[in-house]
Amino acid sequence: MIDAKIPAGPLDDKWTDYKGHCKLVNPANKRKLEVIVIGTGLAGASAAASLGELGYKVKAFCFQDSPRRAHSIAAQGGINAAKNYQNDGDSVFRLFYDTIKGGDYRARESNVHRLAEVSANIIDQCVAQGVPFAREYGGLLSNRSFGGTQVQRTFYAAGQTGQQLLIGAYQALERQVALGNVKMYNRHEMLDIVNIDGKTRGIIARDLVSGKLERHFGHAVLLCSGGYGNVFYLSTNAMGSNVTAAWKAHKKGAAFANPCFTQIHPTCIPVSGDHQSKLTLMSESLRNDGRIWVPKKQGETRKAVDIPEEERDYYLERRYPAFGNLVPRDVASRAAKERCDAGFGVGTSKQAVYLDFAEAIVRYGKIEVGKEGRENVSEEDIIVLGKEVVKEKYGNLFDMYEKITGENPYELPMRIYPAVHYTMGGLWVDYELQTSVKGLYALGEANFSDHGANRLGASALMQGLADGYFVIPYTLGNYLADEIYSKAIPTDHPAFVEAEKEVSDRINTLMNIKGSQSVESLHKRLGKIMWDKCGMARNAEGLKQAIEEIKALKKEFWSDVKIPGIINEYNPELDKANRVADFIELGELMCIDALNRNESCGGHFREEYQTPEGEALRDDANYMYVAAWEFKSEGNWELHKEPLKYEVIKPTQRNYK
Amino acid sequence: MEHYNMNLTLKIWRQKNKDDKGGFQSYQVKDISSEMSFLEMLDVLNEQLIHSGQDPIAFDHDCREGICGMCSLYINGKPHGEWKGNTTCQLHMRAFKDGETVTIEPWRAKAFPVIKDLIVDRSPFDRIIQAGGYISVNTGNAVDGNSLPINKDKADASFAAAMCIGCGACVAACKNSSAMLFLSAKVAHLALLPQGEPERHSRVMNMVAQMDKEGFGACTNTGACEATCPKEISIANIARLNLEYLTASIVAEK
Amino acid sequence: MTWKQVFTSSVGKKLVMGFTGIFLILFLIVHVSLNACIWANDGGDMFNKGAHFMGANWVPRILEIGLFAGLIIHIIQGLALELSNRSKRGIGYAVNYGNKGSKWYSRSMGLLGTIILLFLILHLSNFWFPNRSHQGFLLGEEINLYQKMQEVFSELWVVIVYVLGCISLGYHLAHGFQSAFKTLGVHNKRWHALISIVGYSFSIIVALMFALMPLSFYFGWIS
Repeated sequence: MIDAKIPAGPLDDKWTDYKGHCKLVNPANKRKLEVIVIGTGLAGASAAASLGELGYKVKAFCFQDSPRRAHSIAAQGGINAAKNYQNDGDSVFRLFYDTIKGGDYRARESNVHRLAEVSANIIDQCVAQGVPFAREYGGLLSNRSFGGTQVQRTFYAAGQTGQQLLIGAYQALERQVALGNVKMYNRHEMLDIVNIDGKTRGIIARDLVSGKLERHFGHAVLLCSGGYGNVFYLSTNAMGSNVTAAWKAHKKGAAFANPCFTQIHPTCIPVSGDHQSKLTLMSESLRNDGRIWVPKKQGETRKAVDIPEEERDYYLERRYPAFGNLVPRDVASRAAKERCDAGFGVGTSKQAVYLDFAEAIVRYGKIEVGKEGRENVSEEDIIVLGKEVVKEKYGNLFDMYEKITGENPYELPMRIYPAVHYTMGGLWVDYELQTSVKGLYALGEANFSDHGANRLGASALMQGLADGYFVIPYTLGNYLADEIYSKAIPTDHPAFVEAEKEVSDRINTLMNIKGSQSVESLHKRLGKIMWDKCGMARNAEGLKQAIEEIKALKKEFWSDVKIPGIINEYNPELDKANRVADFIELGELMCIDALNRNESCGGHFREEYQTPEGEALRDDANYMYVAAWEFKSEGNWELHKEPLKYEVIKPTQRNYK
Repeated sequence: MEHYNMNLTLKIWRQKNKDDKGGFQSYQVKDISSEMSFLEMLDVLNEQLIHSGQDPIAFDHDCREGICGMCSLYINGKPHGEWKGNTTCQLHMRAFKDGETVTIEPWRAKAFPVIKDLIVDRSPFDRIIQAGGYISVNTGNAVDGNSLPINKDKADASFAAAMCIGCGACVAACKNSSAMLFLSAKVAHLALLPQGEPERHSRVMNMVAQMDKEGFGACTNTGACEATCPKEISIANIARLNLEYLTASIVAEK
Repeated sequence: MTWKQVFTSSVGKKLVMGFTGIFLILFLIVHVSLNACIWANDGGDMFNKGAHFMGANWVPRILEIGLFAGLIIHIIQGLALELSNRSKRGIGYAVNYGNKGSKWYSRSMGLLGTIILLFLILHLSNFWFPNRSHQGFLLGEEINLYQKMQEVFSELWVVIVYVLGCISLGYHLAHGFQSAFKTLGVHNKRWHALISIVGYSFSIIVALMFALMPLSFYFGWIS
């Protein structure tokens, strides 16, 4: 069922050889081949645009009112690329190595190496599209550092890199729409895929405005539908981010890989109350200058500014002197949780740590004073100058923090706490990004392939664009070259009729439950189970309980959910119900996967498996594999193992000390 | 920051669908925390409505961190509410006082017809971008990113314009329902970069033509758009667009 | 771009308004400077000389045709723009944005312009029309415009209408002056600041000087 189809030959040459030998489709035939793209984030928009440019007939779908709204837009910090513009020793190999190591040796070498190889092309492509990256005074591109690396390879546009990259891809996409190569379906949600003779041949989509179901044929379907962090209810994902497209594909045969690998981002604004609908990230770039600390005294009640220097515990710098505040996300998150659980947390909830810029402000202030050659400058003036510099670097993030919390982060240290941010797991794909169903592909966060058990900062944007701009145009051609003889299948084919009926029946069932609980309240409960028992730390007992609780919740959902309104109208509650129903099923599989993996690695931390110092303890002998789950029937999955072979890198215990 | 709870009267525009006439309805919400976001307050109201068997209020929203541009809402006479440089999703309830009446309307412009309640159709923005808001470069054609140095001030100005989130507040605020701030942000973003140079004339001409076709009004430089823009896009971009247009009318080959 | 596109697109229409607006501003400079001669207090000698140059010479008379053309285009285009812009909203807001985002006079250019137009009709029928018809619309003999001013500005209601017209003009210029330059593409901060100061000063000075003319006659500040 799962064959990764990794090309033979040395790692450095695999992708070059693949491109040199893969099958091609001639331009006249491309016009006859139809491709469906689900989702228009970085992966989807770049794929749809690139395939449109090549001449394929593309249909792109997004549930938002415009492709530009996809949640890639919210990525703040930056995008990695092995350009070595800084002359600090970066290379394709370093980026490859850092990514594999950052992922705690649970990613596929060949895919990651390819990612590192094409990373530099992404920057070039984006610059050519007019993405206004930050620049130095000489007019050249600027870089900054990110967690888990010792070089500066992150390209950025203030704190809005994702926005700028997505707008670039969106513009490329709209250009193809204008040229007639891509047809865009806004406010449409994919609700099922259609397989005919073992190949994916189309989808069932719902027009969210009219509520009508539509059938669309495609020679291939690309799922670029993002991650499933919203299974936790509270996450940094957008409200609409969902697993539905990927989950439907899973239920129609696509294996789901490593579902338990979720990334908890260390620097988010803490939860303020029960009303909270989402969590907001404070970019990892803040850890370049901000110092993380908690009081040395348990249950400290003094204000942060009143706590003297010697009574502060800069625990990341203490535990990890080599990387300090820039350790990878999983490590930083766990360390924050450890401190809070031990009673050192701050704020009203005691579930937060400080991210402090006071020292950076003084440091920058002094540099400014030095530049101006002034002497005898007062402490206050230095701070004023320093604040200016910090404002220039992180102004928009500081503003956002102030709007949400009502506190001024220039004066008081920020309070932060880890929150669900990204999912490394996703649909299993082979080297060509094809799922275990022929003709069905998964790109970007929707697949599992590149980040192992933990993603490094600024690598998600890189992967989304690598998949869409530079990988899929080759690998899809290799598949479609054999499809030039298949004519478009009319959508009155029995497979389409049946799939539509399944979708329609499910919607009717949902609407007819007419129970008493709102979708939102059930989603919140799912989120709580997941966060408590399958969150930052997991153990066998908790996971077993969670599985039972989720099963019970599923029953409750299908017997007591209340959805107002009717089917054939704009009905956001119905849309949400469809998504939450899938999240519940996914939640169960995540717990099963977490329970199966009797080791700790990256974002998956099983309390039973840790080193004496509290670090993640891998079990390479037994778990150096990708867990690909095949759906058998409701609540019943079969595990397939794809062994991970490290030919170039030798896995070791990750060490950021 | 001191927290407090409040009770509010909400006067909200309800409209079943595009063809419905629509009208205002009043609702009461109780014990709203000052720490909630405005949309979370609407979530509370919707929970109430669902439980009492009524249709919840439809409003556009997605990222809830002020960047996707999906949320809208004309709150007490101002797009995105009272706070400066802010989106509705980032407006927090400490901006309101206990006992206040809050009027919530959809964006009003003929070019943005209401789909349901507070949701409007902003697809004209996509079509304006389709008319020329891009640089025509196919994947794989690019030269090295550093082969063309770009003056930092220009790159920064370009970025400041490119920050536009396409929410449509400028249209909602403009007495002429003009989309000029949106349009000019894109024209300025691309015109300030050397990569945008080859298409600068056709871009501005085609995008303006599309804006007119979509039924937006003309700009009269009142500045309401700039004052309400969540990303504080400068109205100077509109002057820049005018210059681009004037130049194009003189020097464009076609 | 066709000529039609150049002038009929939304930006094109603005360009027309901007160009004609600046042209009219230039005319106002000439008009106000020439009329300021009344304050020479020489029984209208200097003023009448200036008026004679403007009225009895082919060159300014040909320019006058251009002035009217510019004026008419400005009026027609302005009214058309106002009507078209007003039609773009559909259903109005229950609570208005009001002055929170823009100046009332910036939003009221159509109204201010209409008041100025009405004033202009009175103004032309007071001076321009009697004089030109006396000239047979050619280069014939003119009437004594200084005397005419004395006569016209002896009536209180006329003076009030003139002052109101001048106030409208002042506000119209307060927005129009800057807006015209923005429309022509002035966008950097340095220039913007300059135009803003010049614009406000110009609006106040010109409106004030024009308003003082009927007042000077009515209250007998000049003899």
